[in-house]
Amino acid sequence: MRKPMSCKDLVVLVTMYFEEALPRRDRKRFEKHIAGCPGCTAYLDQMRMTIKLTGTLTDDAISPAAEAVLIAAFRDWKQPR
Amino acid sequence: MTDREEVNEEEVVAALRAGDEAAFVKLVEMFNGTMLRVAMGFVSSRAVAEEVVQEAWLGVLKGLQAFEGRSSLKTWIFRILTNIAKTRGQREGRSVPFSSLDPREDEPVVDPSRFHPPDHPQWPNAWAAPPRSWSDVPEDALLSKETRTAVEKAIKSTPPSQRIVITLRDVDGWSSEEVCNALHITETNQRVLLHRARSRVRAALERYLDGERVP
Repeated sequence: MRKPMSCKDLVVLVTMYFEEALPRRDRKRFEKHIAGCPGCTAYLDQMRMTIKLTGTLTDDAISPAAEAVLIAAFRDWKQPR
Repeated sequence: MTDREEVNEEEVVAALRAGDEAAFVKLVEMFNGTMLRVAMGFVSSRAVAEEVVQEAWLGVLKGLQAFEGRSSLKTWIFRILTNIAKTRGQREGRSVPFSSLDPREDEPVVDPSRFHPPDHPQWPNAWAAPPRSWSDVPEDALLSKETRTAVEKAIKSTPPSQRIVITLRDVDGWSSEEVCNALHITETNQRVLLHRARSRVRAALERYLDGERVP
């Protein structure tokens, strides 16, 4: 068994953990660390919440003027055929 | 608006080729916002980004008859977009995202002063100032407009490559494969950029939420 994962090691690996990209052995070390570390448990929860909140953002709708330009371009485009 | 709902690309392409204006408008509304966010990572201002996106749509129309479906429609559209954005950004003298390393890319994802030093006798590299749980933050505070504004601000402050990746992955819900294809980057690079962006947003949220909290 390699030496246990430190908190400083763990914070670098969170996205890899979420994406299931950690090698099995590292995943086990990660989970073992989390199980005994309230600080990293809170960190992991904060990262999950961060992702969730980022997912609530919305893109700006296209401006009516820009849309009108594109619709005109589309009409031009289909014309000559 | 996100593109999380599934679309049948072949049907969309056929409709566009047949001159179906409603199909075109739908496509524009589906991708325009994301395209604008991505373009803003390459160029200096929103106004220039809007021009880039317009130009990209014209490029889409121009190339549509020749589109062979070897990549997905989405990937193809975003390749056109990033090519135009890249050229435009270079002309403005900006460094191109994904091709050069922003000096900020090397920053640690968590402030190192929050950990005990590596030679600490009892807790080497363990939290000295651990994050606090957000479980006691009321749901309506977490989901408030102010919190979302803080997230939006944090994303805007990340280096362009990170900003583009977190936008596609976490705002618009793209898969990592789709992002890698559209941006021509490796899975590993994509994951590193995403992690750095998320870490920055987390740190900003922590400053915001802990600052707000009554002790």
